[in-house]
Formats: sequence, C-alpha cells, structure tokens
Amino acid sequence: MNGSRTASLTVAWRFASLRVEGFPWIPALILGVIALLAVFADVVAPYNPEVGVLGDRFRPPAWQAGGSEAHLLGTDHVGRDVLSRLIFGARVSMVVGFTAVIVAGLLGTTLGILSGYLGGWVDQVIMRVTDTWLALPALTFAIFLAAVVGPSMWNIVIILAAVYWTRYARVIRGEVLSLRERDFVRLAIVAGCSKKTIMRRHILPNVLNSAIVLGTLMLGVVIVTEAALSFLGVGVPPPKPAWGLMLADGKKGLMAGYWWLTVLPGVCIMLMVLSANLLGDWLRVKLDPQLRQL
Amino acid sequence: MSALLEVSGLSTQYVGARGTRVTRAVDDVSFTLEAGRTLGIVGESGSGKTTLALTLMRLLPPGARIAAGSVRFEGEELLHKPEAEMRALRGKRIAMILQDPMASLNPLFTVGDQIAETLRVHEHMSRRGAWTRARELLGAVNIAAPERRIGEYPHELSGGMRQRVVGAIAIACGPKLLIADEPTTSLDLTIQAQYLQLLREIQRERGLAMIFITHNLGIVAKMCDAVAVMYAGRLVESGPVRRIFDAPAHPYTQALIESIPRFGDTASRLTAIEGQPPDPAALPPGCAFHPRCPLVMDRCRVEAPPDLEVAAAHRARCWLAVEMPAGAAAKG
Repeated sequence: MNGSRTASLTVAWRFASLRVEGFPWIPALILGVIALLAVFADVVAPYNPEVGVLGDRFRPPAWQAGGSEAHLLGTDHVGRDVLSRLIFGARVSMVVGFTAVIVAGLLGTTLGILSGYLGGWVDQVIMRVTDTWLALPALTFAIFLAAVVGPSMWNIVIILAAVYWTRYARVIRGEVLSLRERDFVRLAIVAGCSKKTIMRRHILPNVLNSAIVLGTLMLGVVIVTEAALSFLGVGVPPPKPAWGLMLADGKKGLMAGYWWLTVLPGVCIMLMVLSANLLGDWLRVKLDPQLRQL
Repeated sequence: MSALLEVSGLSTQYVGARGTRVTRAVDDVSFTLEAGRTLGIVGESGSGKTTLALTLMRLLPPGARIAAGSVRFEGEELLHKPEAEMRALRGKRIAMILQDPMASLNPLFTVGDQIAETLRVHEHMSRRGAWTRARELLGAVNIAAPERRIGEYPHELSGGMRQRVVGAIAIACGPKLLIADEPTTSLDLTIQAQYLQLLREIQRERGLAMIFITHNLGIVAKMCDAVAVMYAGRLVESGPVRRIFDAPAHPYTQALIESIPRFGDTASRLTAIEGQPPDPAALPPGCAFHPRCPLVMDRCRVEAPPDLEVAAAHRARCWLAVEMPAGAAAKG
C-alpha cells in the first residue's frame, strides 16, 4: 500500500522533472537546421531563388508523377525552384524574426525598467503610450505602418519592433515594480548608488531572464506577422523569397492542384513557430529560479 | 567637543493623497550622539522609529515630508544638502543595515561583487583593488575562508554569514555612523548574539557611532550607551542606559521595562500595557499616552507635557516629572 504510493509518487516526480529538465531536442534541432540553412543558403540552395525557367513551370515534387530529381520540391508559377526559395526564405524569416525581437526587446525592456523604477510621471507617460499601443490591433497597425514606410525587409523589422515593444514594456515593468521593493535594491540605495547604477546593476540582470523568455515566445509571433504582411503584399517585396510571399503566390494554384506551392511554405512557418514556442516554454521553466533546482 | 550627530526639533509627516490626512510620524525629535557611542531607539511598531532612521538618511518614501527641524552631521546640515551630495554621503559616512539583512543581497552577484560595488561607487577603486579590500572586510566580519567565500553567491551562504556580508558592506567605506534598523529581528537567538557581538567589536575597533533601532530592551541594555524611547512619533524619554533602566521617569518606559519577561519570574501572566498604540493620524489631545497611562491626571488629557530635564542628560515628556522631584517618579 505504502510502497505503491511511493512508487506512483516517484513516477509522478519523474514525469514532472522530465517536463522541467527535458531539453526540447526536436524543436532545437528544427530551429538549428533552419538557422544553418539560412546562413549557408548560397551554398545549399541548388538554384537561384529569384530566377525561374518559364519552361519548367508548375513541376510537382520529385516523388509525384511528372516530378524530376532536378527540382526536389517542384517549381512555382514562373518556374523557380521551390526548395531554393524555401531555403532563402528561411534567411528572411530568421533575420526578420531575430532582429525584430531584439530591437523590440531592447526598446521595451529599457522603457519597462525606466517606467517601473522611476515611477511618477515617467511611468504615467510610458504606460499610457503602451496602453494606447496595445489597444490597436497588431496586424492592422503593422499594415498601416507598412503602407506608410513602404515595403522592404528592414522596414519590416522596424515595423515589427514598433508594434511589439509594448509587450516587453508591460511585462518588464511589472517585474521591476516587485524588484524595486526587494531589500537588495534598498541596500543599494542606502549604500549610495545612483538610480542609474541601480537600474543597470540590480534591476536589469534580474529582468533579463524574463526578457529572454519573452523573446523566444515573441519570435513565433513576429515570424507569423512577417509572413502575414508578406502574404498581404505589404511585407518583403517580391521577388525576394519569403515564406509568406510564397503562400500568397501559391494560393491561386491551390485549386488547380498545385498544393506544394502553399503547403510547403506553410509547413515551414508552422515548424519554426512551434519550435520557437516550445523552446521558449522550456526556457521559461528552466530560468524561473522558483522552479529551478539549485 | 561638538557631537557627531545633532538632531533638533525634527518632524516628519506623511501626507495623504489629497493633502487632507496628515500623519505626524516623527514629531519634534531631538537628540545628540557623540562619536563612538551607541544610541538605542526603542518603541512599539508604528511609533516612528523607522521613519526617523529614513529621515536621517533622507530616504523617505514619496508622500512623506520633513516638516521642521535640523540634522547636523559632523557639523553639516543634512536637510538642505543637494541629493547628489547626500548620495555621496550614504554608504560612505553614514551606513545603514536594514531590517532583513537576509534579503539584502542580490541573488545574481557574488558576495565579492556586492562588497566591491560600494567601494567602487564611493572610492572609485579598481575592480582588483576593491576585491582585495572585500576579502579583508570578509575577514574582519569573522567569515572563515574569505578567499573562497568571496566568489560564492548569496544562496551558498548560511543566514548568519549573509548577515555578516551585509555588515561588511556597511563598514566597507569606513563610515562614522551606522544606523541599524532592527538588524536582528529575522535571526534566531544564537546567531543574534553572535551578530551583536560582532557589531560591538567593529564599533570598538573603528570608533563607529551607532543608532540601534529595536523593540527589544534586552538588546538595548547590552548594546547601548544611551536610550531614547519613542511613542507616537515623539521621544518620550531619553537618557543614559543605566539611568533609564534604574529610574525611568515616564510611565510608558516603566511599563516597557516591566513587560520584559524575566527568567525565574513566578507570575503566571506577562505584564502587558493596556490598550493599543494610538492611530498616529488621530492622536488623542494632550499627552498621546494618557488613554493607556496608569498614572493619568486631568492635566494630561488637555495639555501635552513639555520636554523636561529630570536629571543630567535625562529628559522626559511627562507631567509627573514636573510634579515630583527628580528620581522620585521611579518606584522600582
């Protein structure tokens, strides 16, 4: 009786610790492969992604009737190699995803710390701007900005950072509000540290975990938004290969049975976002000192 | 010789959000402290002890303001100093130990980094120089194997050691005055004793003056040269420790001393002071202690007693001190 209870507890414990400690190998592997492909796209991709051969339009993937080894994943409506475009598209997604997350993170974290630590009118101003920002629907706002600044890859980065910094500002401010009441911050105050020193030395390192975790979770959101903007024609301008753009180009062929033009980039987006989120979940648990075993 | 710290007529108020509710947390407080001496400030929770300490450091929360008085430290007026000069003073010439030293360390930095931080902020020392000093300081607060401990994180140290580290941070820049705000309340008794012993040693070696804020009269008797009793924001009695314990003039002080549980006491119930401390925002008229005072007179209900000299260096705010010859107010 007692033994079986202990046994079931052990199993439960195993399960719990597996969830906490188990490194998400598959998501990490997928992200790793995508990153490698993005970096070495010039070497890996068999064809130029922006130039097609019109005689080779709508070739199906190699394993389907009519497909050939020359184009493993088929070709699109202007005869461009889908595999090459996916590989170069990974570069766009990675660059846009990471830089947008980092820029938004820097901006949001800085404002969040200032807002939370300084309080008073600084807090009021930053938080009211944040509230207003959050009240705007993210995608609509991004489309509006894109229409204003015009489509280019780096503009997309700026747009995404401008849209998503508020998420960081909110979360980080909340953390800072509780941190500033902690005794080590008070000790720093009575030891004569300036506000700048305290924010840099005592507050920032303590919110970095949250910022990193939020970043991995935001990566998925940002990539989907980039794809959505490209799909809607206000994102990365053609003929640059972006996954969202490929979806948009391919949708006309869907009824004609050219499924690979939409399904393949769709799968790529899904895998990358899912991997980023799973990795973020793992990091969140791993970096939380309350859940981490010392 | 002029005193290290001279506080006179100091009043601090908390003002409510609409400026309607004014709470006199510290009211007309005066005392002096000589270099190398220890002053104990005792009182119940909410009597304004911590606010007094924060006022001295000029670290009041928003909503509090210093209404009147002066704080002279080494002959300089602190209340009119610009904030930048105050910051240079804090941690360097006036150090403070907080109520919960266990939580006073940043979990992300090593002990050495945290001691070095103060030195680098105030003395502009190099990283290496600050670490060398930090190692010496860890030795000075009796931490065994300082060269190993210096690279450890707060969670790797025991509670007593963490507190010693906080002590080391406080004395890092050689302050003249140390304000200790209930530094031992979160510790168990044996560690408490060790820590108090350490503070005394440090004080003796470095000629440090201390303000020791506590509600534990036993600690006051052991640690302090002089004691000031606070009630509802006022210093109701102050004087040399021996004098206050032997011949307390104020009924509140008498009651405090009587309420110390004594070993071997056969009485089955502890002596307690009747009633609750007053709401500092709505003090009773006259003497703030009169609703709880066993010796209350008609005069106490209408008129607040002045600060009276009972004997040399012994002052009390009580009408009894006027009516009776010095020393006669004490009965035990």
